[in-house]
Amino acid sequence: MSHKEEITTGHHIVPPFTYFKVLIMLALLMALTVIAYYFNMGEVLNIGVAMAIAVAKMVLILLFFMHVKYSTRLTWVFAGAGFFWLVLLFTLTLADYVTRYTWISPFTNN
Amino acid sequence: MSASVETLDAHAHDHHHHDPDVQHHFESFEQQQEASKLGMWLFLAQEVMFFGGLFASYTVFRFLYPEAWSVGSHQTSIPIGAFNTSVLLLSSFSMALGVYSVQVGNTRNLIRFLLLTLILGAIFVGVKLQWEYLPKWEHGLVPGLNTFHPDPHPMHGHGVAEWLAADPANVAHLQLFFIFYFLMTGMHALHMLIGFGIILVLLVKAWRGTYGPRRFNTIENFGLYWHFVDIVWVFLFPLFYLVH
Repeated sequence: MSHKEEITTGHHIVPPFTYFKVLIMLALLMALTVIAYYFNMGEVLNIGVAMAIAVAKMVLILLFFMHVKYSTRLTWVFAGAGFFWLVLLFTLTLADYVTRYTWISPFTNN
Repeated sequence: MSASVETLDAHAHDHHHHDPDVQHHFESFEQQQEASKLGMWLFLAQEVMFFGGLFASYTVFRFLYPEAWSVGSHQTSIPIGAFNTSVLLLSSFSMALGVYSVQVGNTRNLIRFLLLTLILGAIFVGVKLQWEYLPKWEHGLVPGLNTFHPDPHPMHGHGVAEWLAADPANVAHLQLFFIFYFLMTGMHALHMLIGFGIILVLLVKAWRGTYGPRRFNTIENFGLYWHFVDIVWVFLFPLFYLVH
């Protein structure tokens, strides 16, 4: 069967059960992100945990649903290029804004 | 001299034995598949840049006006957001199964999964319009020319009325939150609507037997688009619904 797959498609066919396992993982991560919301862990951790979970979900979707795990390295480069650019955008933009102001907490009467 | 002519003929002869599923400017089926996929990823990289700009601005203004972001986020419904997120995850699952179906030559299942993806996507947009956008319009939370009048009484959260009355800048910052809310979720919903249009075209072509194990680039590439739109929502959900 795998030999036939090689000839007809030249690349891996992902079995449906793998997709199902990924779906379960995604659902669990989604539940986790909602549960985590009800624990106030401070500004940094609140958003840190939420983003970490979102990134985990994104990685699962990228690798399995979007077949990046089974793709050539050239595909990895193309897929990664957009995100690399995003890192530059966020880093440089925030480097500006975060260093512009003296930090005055909006929650106190300064 | 004659040897090179023979070689030339042999070379030309090879090209006439080409695979009917491979276009003439590709050397092999695999190369054709790869080229098609890379083209789609290039488009997705552009989409990352597009949404990335929106996410970056969101980040800046959330950093500048955290209170407004908190008040604004409390006006979204987490159960509805979680339900919609689940619906989208399911639609990605059904799309992935659709790609699997065409890879193994099961056109009937391809059509079923494309239809399921469409239905789930439609549920997402329907819920969003009916139970999120419409109530916000009714509560005066939609930014625009004189359309933004937040009434603190139906709003969720403590101390909202005091916070709104304390400083007109607070009202402006809240409006900014909702500008981002409608802009980003709206742009996401627009991408889904475009996806629906494409699914309809794919359904018609699939029905006509266009797709099979030797011709499924379009299905796979549309799958990439759909999963990308899902990924965008995966980030929109915590950023708009789960702000403390």
